[in-house]
Amino acid sequence: MAGNKGRGRAAYTFNIEAVGFGRGEKLPDVVLKPPPLFPDTDYKPVPLKAGEGEEYMLALKQELRETMKRMPYYLETPEEKQDIERYSKRYMKVYKEEWIPDWRRLPREMMPRKKCKKAGPKSQKAKATGKGASLTNTADVLKKIEELEKRGDGEKSDEENEEKEGSKEKNKEGDDDEDDDAAEQEEYDEEEQEEENDYINSYFEDGDDFGADSDDNMDEATY
Amino acid sequence: MTQAEIKLCSLLLQEHFGEIVEKIGVHLIRTGSQPLRVIAHDTGTSLDQVKKALCVLIQHNLVIYQVHKRGVVEYEAQCSRVLRMLRYPRYIYTAKTLYSDTGELIVEELLLNGKMTMSAVVKKVADRLTETMEDGKTMDYSEVSNTFVRLADTHFVQRCPWVPVTENSDPGPPPPAPILIISEKDMYLVPKLSLIGKGKRRRSSDEDAAGEPKAKRPKHGTDNKEPIPDDGIYWQANLDRFHQHFRDQAIVSAVANRMDQIFRSLPVGYNISKQVLDQYLTLLADDPLEFVGKSGDSGGGMYVINLHKALGSLATATLESVVQERFGSRCARIFRLVLQKKHLEQKQVEDFAMIPAKEAKDMLYKMLSENFISLQEIPKTPDHAPSRTFYLYTVNILSAARMLLHRCYKSIANLIERRQFETKENKRLLEKSQRVEAIIASMQATGAEDAQLQEIEEMITAPERQQLETLKRNVNKLDASEIQVDETIFLLESYIESTMKRQ
Repeated sequence: MAGNKGRGRAAYTFNIEAVGFGRGEKLPDVVLKPPPLFPDTDYKPVPLKAGEGEEYMLALKQELRETMKRMPYYLETPEEKQDIERYSKRYMKVYKEEWIPDWRRLPREMMPRKKCKKAGPKSQKAKATGKGASLTNTADVLKKIEELEKRGDGEKSDEENEEKEGSKEKNKEGDDDEDDDAAEQEEYDEEEQEEENDYINSYFEDGDDFGADSDDNMDEATY
Repeated sequence: MTQAEIKLCSLLLQEHFGEIVEKIGVHLIRTGSQPLRVIAHDTGTSLDQVKKALCVLIQHNLVIYQVHKRGVVEYEAQCSRVLRMLRYPRYIYTAKTLYSDTGELIVEELLLNGKMTMSAVVKKVADRLTETMEDGKTMDYSEVSNTFVRLADTHFVQRCPWVPVTENSDPGPPPPAPILIISEKDMYLVPKLSLIGKGKRRRSSDEDAAGEPKAKRPKHGTDNKEPIPDDGIYWQANLDRFHQHFRDQAIVSAVANRMDQIFRSLPVGYNISKQVLDQYLTLLADDPLEFVGKSGDSGGGMYVINLHKALGSLATATLESVVQERFGSRCARIFRLVLQKKHLEQKQVEDFAMIPAKEAKDMLYKMLSENFISLQEIPKTPDHAPSRTFYLYTVNILSAARMLLHRCYKSIANLIERRQFETKENKRLLEKSQRVEAIIASMQATGAEDAQLQEIEEMITAPERQQLETLKRNVNKLDASEIQVDETIFLLESYIESTMKRQ
């Protein structure tokens, strides 16, 4: 509400004393800079609780912190290339246990795509356990389906898809015991795979798939 | 989520899981629910790394997924669950007090791994306990199993949602993601396992540990060729149950303090007869704390614990304590006064508190500026003219609690940052000290003389030792502070949650 300002004289619309200082009183200086980063406090903080429980929890906390760093869940950032490749670095790698998630509980898209299919020793191992189906097959099948879908091929791929879906469903059931074995084979880190294989990597070039060659032939055949 | 909470989550994720997981986690907390490719694109991370990060986060119950239409799967982060990582030491310690070392290790393994099968937990814990036992002694699986069952019975551990077993009646393609279900009655159902075995000691790897190059990863899992009997049945720690326990503890200790005060003013009598107990309960019921209320006289009087009021009292006590420590006891007196009288005018504050006007005003404004106290305007006239309006000071406990909670998050973030800074500053010295310790340890193992050991120890100079001591002391203090601030966070959060539920 625009009140009448007396001619030239300021008249407050409220009881000035209620604010805390009287008229014409000297007010503190205008602050021209931000407050200090670590202002002085008049009151020092209360000392921390100290007891058996607190000490134990402190030790626990520090131990947990160290343990966490060594667990497989701690994902290291890939280091940038160093100026000189130090020979010793290769042999001082911290040994970390591998962790394979339970793929049955995760969305299908979580599974890593592999560029080269592992033939030979690994799949033989799966067969050796005596069970018909194995999750490795499932993984490969899934991967193939996705790759095929990507290419957007014609009817042939659809047929193959259905076929593979069928076998995959069969595989999923009663698969429980396979998990461990298959999980072992499905190594998470591609680098490690390359090391453990006896196969020369140059056999498989990027973009190629072990079984894909046959697909290409079939595509050509449909023209 | 406030900036302070996001910042704290970022620090916690980075400390526990590394930078990649931190980047993905924080991104999800900020943006909400997103599908895989969008995450990769927005964060500029490779698809492979995003997948790994999400797997870790899902495993630890920090991220959940949901299938949307057209088969798109979206991932959502649980910010409040991330903040719970601060409380891990407290959960583990509580398990220790209730179920001793076995219980402690069970809960620790579950927290470290997110979820595990019972058989895996039992085996791991038995191994760990065996390591600590004397030579020749081992921990039997059955003992660990029993403790596990007790933890499940008292709901401290619970089953994770599981993939339902469906017959193959579904002819269509499998869903992009499994739909996990959970049923109340099965949540604490322990599978019938006959776990037979004993913990194993790690073969003394002193010779192996030092310099053996492990260029190839040994195949793990070669030990257990047996099929897992409870495969697919995963367990996790039930944090809510722990919170219940903490809340009960807080109330009990508050009452115990109160009882102490009352007890001291009563004649000392060691045999508590029924009459005296009755007196105690009446006292408690009449006590302004209002923890215990009397509801009806059936059976000689039924007493009820009023949880909400109890939490409110605890929250208020926290606020009072903070005001006292930050602004002084006179401010605290004013604060308590306003709290008690609900609404007070400036003049009334000065009169009741018996503090000179100028000081009272100064204190009130200080508290006002930090939002411990708020102003309530009551206009006398419809035009709300300031000269004709009452301005009353009041304490709004809920909003003050929220403000304090926010400050707590900021405090812990500061504590963590400072601790990381201190550690980084002394990184070189720490590494040197670790190397020296490793050398000493290996020399001791191969039987070195004291003189040689001393020589190695002297590699660290006296001032360096001093520096290390100071560092250790500081880091301990910072860590202990984190734990203590988390206690306050728990109280405030409990109160706020309880209040929100009633609205």
